[in-house]
Amino acid sequence: MTRTSTRRTRPKTTLRPEPAVGVSVPKRDGEEKVTGRALYVDDLKVPGMLHGRTVRSTVARGIIRRIEFDPAFDWNGVVIADHKDIPGENCVAHILEDQPLLAVNEIRHADEPILLLAHADPERAEAARRAVRVEVESLDAVLSIEDALAARVKIHGEDNVFKEYNIARGDLAAGFAAADVVVEGVYRCGHQEQLYIENNGMIGERTAEGGIVVRGSMQCPYFVHHALQRTFGLPPEKVRVIQTVTGGGFGGKEDYPSVIAGHAALLAWKSGRPVKLVYDRLEDIASTTKRHPALIRVRTGHRRDGTLVATDVDVVMDGGAYVTLSPVVLSRGALHAAGPYRCPNVRIRARCVATNTPPNGAFRGFGVPQTVYAMESHMDRAAAELGLDPFALRRRNAYVLGDVTPTGQVLRESVSAVEVLDRTVLRAGWAGKRRRYERENAAAERAERAGRFAPGGRRLRRGIGLALGWHGAGFTGSGEVRLASLAALELTPEGRPRVLAANAEIGQGAITVFTQMVAERLGVPPALVLVQTPDTGLVPNSGPTVASRTTMVVGGLLEQCARGMRERLELFAERAIDGGADFRRVARRFLSKRGPLRVERRYQKPPHIVWDEDTYQGDAYPCFSYAAITVEVEADLDTGVVRVLRVTTAQDIGKAIHPLLCAGQIEGGTLQGLGYALLEEVRWKDGRIWNHQLTNYIIPTAVDAPPFDVMIVENPYSGGPFGAKGVGELPMDIPAGAVVAAIAHATGARVDGIPVTPERLLLALSGREETP
Amino acid sequence: MRAALSTLDVARPRDLGHALELLHASLGDGRLVPLAGGTDLFVTLNSGVVPGRRFLDLWGLRELRGVRERGGRLVLGALTTFSEIREHALVRRRYPALAAAAAEVGAWQIQNRGTLGGNIANASPAGDSLPVLLVLEAVVHARSVRGAREVPFTALFRGYRDLALEPDELIAAVSLPPAPARAKQFFRKVGTRRAQSISKVVLAGLLRLGRDGRVDLARVALGSVAPVTLRAGRTEHALLGARPSVAAAAAARAALLEDIAPIDDIRSDREYRRRVSGNVLEQFLRVAEPRFARR
Amino acid sequence: MSAVLTLDLKVNGRKRRVRVPPMKRLLDVLREDCGLTGTKEGCGEGECGACTVLMDGVPVNSCLVPASQAGGVRIVTVEGLAKGPALSVLQRAFVERGGTQCGICTPGILVTAHALLQRAKGRVPGDAEVREALAGNLCRCTGYQMIVNAVRAAARETKASARRRPARAAKPAARVKVKVARTKAKAAKTKAKAVGGRKRAGR
Repeated sequence: MTRTSTRRTRPKTTLRPEPAVGVSVPKRDGEEKVTGRALYVDDLKVPGMLHGRTVRSTVARGIIRRIEFDPAFDWNGVVIADHKDIPGENCVAHILEDQPLLAVNEIRHADEPILLLAHADPERAEAARRAVRVEVESLDAVLSIEDALAARVKIHGEDNVFKEYNIARGDLAAGFAAADVVVEGVYRCGHQEQLYIENNGMIGERTAEGGIVVRGSMQCPYFVHHALQRTFGLPPEKVRVIQTVTGGGFGGKEDYPSVIAGHAALLAWKSGRPVKLVYDRLEDIASTTKRHPALIRVRTGHRRDGTLVATDVDVVMDGGAYVTLSPVVLSRGALHAAGPYRCPNVRIRARCVATNTPPNGAFRGFGVPQTVYAMESHMDRAAAELGLDPFALRRRNAYVLGDVTPTGQVLRESVSAVEVLDRTVLRAGWAGKRRRYERENAAAERAERAGRFAPGGRRLRRGIGLALGWHGAGFTGSGEVRLASLAALELTPEGRPRVLAANAEIGQGAITVFTQMVAERLGVPPALVLVQTPDTGLVPNSGPTVASRTTMVVGGLLEQCARGMRERLELFAERAIDGGADFRRVARRFLSKRGPLRVERRYQKPPHIVWDEDTYQGDAYPCFSYAAITVEVEADLDTGVVRVLRVTTAQDIGKAIHPLLCAGQIEGGTLQGLGYALLEEVRWKDGRIWNHQLTNYIIPTAVDAPPFDVMIVENPYSGGPFGAKGVGELPMDIPAGAVVAAIAHATGARVDGIPVTPERLLLALSGREETP
Repeated sequence: MRAALSTLDVARPRDLGHALELLHASLGDGRLVPLAGGTDLFVTLNSGVVPGRRFLDLWGLRELRGVRERGGRLVLGALTTFSEIREHALVRRRYPALAAAAAEVGAWQIQNRGTLGGNIANASPAGDSLPVLLVLEAVVHARSVRGAREVPFTALFRGYRDLALEPDELIAAVSLPPAPARAKQFFRKVGTRRAQSISKVVLAGLLRLGRDGRVDLARVALGSVAPVTLRAGRTEHALLGARPSVAAAAAARAALLEDIAPIDDIRSDREYRRRVSGNVLEQFLRVAEPRFARR
Repeated sequence: MSAVLTLDLKVNGRKRRVRVPPMKRLLDVLREDCGLTGTKEGCGEGECGACTVLMDGVPVNSCLVPASQAGGVRIVTVEGLAKGPALSVLQRAFVERGGTQCGICTPGILVTAHALLQRAKGRVPGDAEVREALAGNLCRCTGYQMIVNAVRAAARETKASARRRPARAAKPAARVKVKVARTKAKAAKTKAKAVGGRKRAGR
């Protein structure tokens, strides 16, 4: 045993424990999930529980004239709640407070919630829902971005614009004047449904002390906690929010849970009974938040060798009927809109408009999949017009260390745009595949004209497309400062370390990764570390599980907590701690001699990060993650159906705390991006979602999914724990641009809207055919 | 589930005869809704649409199961599942188009429960097996308290979801004549994705050339391009007697556009269906006979 | 209110008798009357496969099966895949190889995969065959590749252990290879503040 001097320094450890970080340890919550023992909200039963249902508007815009309860229906035992029953404020507290929890007399979107019902028998609750007739006097509705911009019908202010951002750098006019070639394009992307396989659900209860407890499927317990305080006019200690095992979120359970939690809690409040409110798939698709559609115009000026000299982007997003998170989605989309490319003269104008559709919200990528799709689609067009290889064009312009972004941020470290591009292109065999597919397509065309066809008589063409993207980790600008996240680590009575954070395990592996980072610093096996289920009664507010911040920001706080805990214990023990068993011994001795041990750390903005919210200038994010992707496709010229053959991608995420989970995020996010590019489309009829059945909202099956060749690149960020940046959203940003490029390569048809459905592709192809 | 399932009754007949009696007796007083594998019915119930309060559960009726040969025909019980169809050696050998169609119905779980009789009785214009049964000239064997009746497939569909069956008739079996010798069989479903999808265009075809090198057998049926699954009569007429060539294929394609009447709907649009029908027809022709692709 | 059916069925090898309305979905009979909440509802339409159970050995969507048709059947749910407290080879493969993320689709997928491996009778199914078998089980988290790999790894392990003499121990826990590349030192110039703490020997 090493004796220490009276200096209060940390003694040196003699033994090396197994590394915990950078290792693919077994997923902590894996066993309960493969045995069916994990309890999701709909698996829970509370004695005396009622089942809730929501009465919603069937028209997109109007005034409620009358609500009729069918007198022939037996209303016995049915609890009814409307806006008058809300004890506090009738609003869903987000950025702006424009969204009511329940409609009063104005309807601003189809499927807007008006009334809540509950009954002990779910069949009766559903029948009661059908026995309510709401008479709405229809008003002219704004249903598209074009309608909103035209502002013939004004639904928000004078111009239907929720929010606008302008970012400018250099001298745009001079830039274009100096350009040899100017390329223009307009790109369109639509709604996308998160399609977590577990629908939204909450159980609300009223406590004997006049408080509220809500349990359910969510990403951000403290968002719900905040919203419920306002709804019920309760102080924070009277509201408790607990996350149940959550079957997927992807942003769809970031802000929407505040709505459904408010509803479940209101029914519980009114009835005095616990209320379970779980959506079926039809209701979930019809009424919850979606990805913001966008219409994006890009104009770039290039020198003949491809060097970017001017970039002008105009982004318009559709926010739906209420503001919710739109300003933040818009902001992030705008900040990434010019792509990870060096350009001295940039202008980005971004607006979010209001429409009479269900409010849009967070979906993995949060504005970046939209703007990076547009920019990457555009770069592919530019390459074609310049006669340059799409890789060469990007290589020439991709950020390197020291480059400056449109907001004037100097990229001081961990810039891997070129590296991920090079690795991807090398691994995919880019140049060879480009040539080979072109050759094979030309040969197929010649053969077909001569009457010889591929086996099965199909007319197939193959292509490969490339995209490069970036994603700022953590909240934008001063977001993390405002959040002021607090995380903690405590000792259990048995002497085990327990993580106290509000971040939710939603499948991404948050629990596992937290145990690894804490274990690494404590010098113990990850299996020793416990993670408290996010419960606002038990954990501090470490901020939401969004923005690719869980590992980087909250993990960073926990890593510091672990350091602090180890210091305390080693000072107490007057020696180094060696491994898990020793830790427990020392911890138990500490507990018996000194009492409880809890170490907290609060987010501190790194001093060198400077951001001006008013001018929208400075360091928008502490750092960026970078990724490149190639997508190989096979297009069937007879049907317009595109099959993805292969994906190759290199993604720099700073440090893979758990390589397998990281790769899992990349593969899963990439497939969602492929769905965004090819399959997923929300179709509307009179302002209501027409394809709200899973039969008709098409996400990829195992047969649609390609093999993924994934390379994780570690270019560490000094401000991230163990060098980690963010990984959750980056993979979603790039597939669409690459798919569109691959289809153009395969068929010659450049489609400027996603999803590139077979209908759109065939139309584009027929436009190219010679008319007989 | 938006239907109040606990309020629904189920009659569970001992055998086919009993089922037919119950069905007959229920006419005029809330007809019993026949229930086979439930893969269509429960989707309807889930959305809150209740086609009737009382159901006739056919699933246990052994007389409706089994695949047998009888007098050169293959007889499939109405409750034959799509898994059974796709795996059956005789179906795969003699009617590969039917096996192909069965393999593209939904996915494994649906194939294990979806039945041939159910697919027919549901009469969706997008039904995957229906175009194949039409070109194979299947016969539906209907039963009622009055006895047995044969209805050729070509006479089965009167209109949108309207079958030429009496309200108290059940489909007991479907029989297939021997597949025309030397005729090429073809099936293609163009769906919303590569598996577990509803068709936007579905085509089944049979083609054969005579010794003189001209088409002597041409049967083409399509689904999802009209209110009913149909035989493309003008197309068949254009093909019969034709010498295979690009021009003949083009003529068949032009005729096809007269045969079909696709619409815009939740899954696709009229223009796409017109174009793709023509493309898939040409694909069928050149697969069956490569000279259709030559001048 | 209509008649109630007395249903005798076997669930995970155990005889069960329940009294339920005849059109009650098998999914709800399992979750409510048998207390087995492992099987999930994702859509109610037979699209997502989260409700998959084995019925007399074949995978079906239990959200589409009425109680009336479940009399005398043998049902296997996710809770019946393991014998005793230890995980089955397939379950363990999912935990170790990234086959489960949020877990909501996992029960349905495991049941279908289990049926596939039974059908394969010791053969290791190919990638395309596994994907086709799983086409009726939607997953939104994983991208499917790790699921397919886990199923095939389980098949290989089962095949290998069938050949192994009982005395020999099973292979240790799997370590899936993930390609991770460190940025070259020149490009990775970090700030003065240490990233990884003290230098670790052997890393």
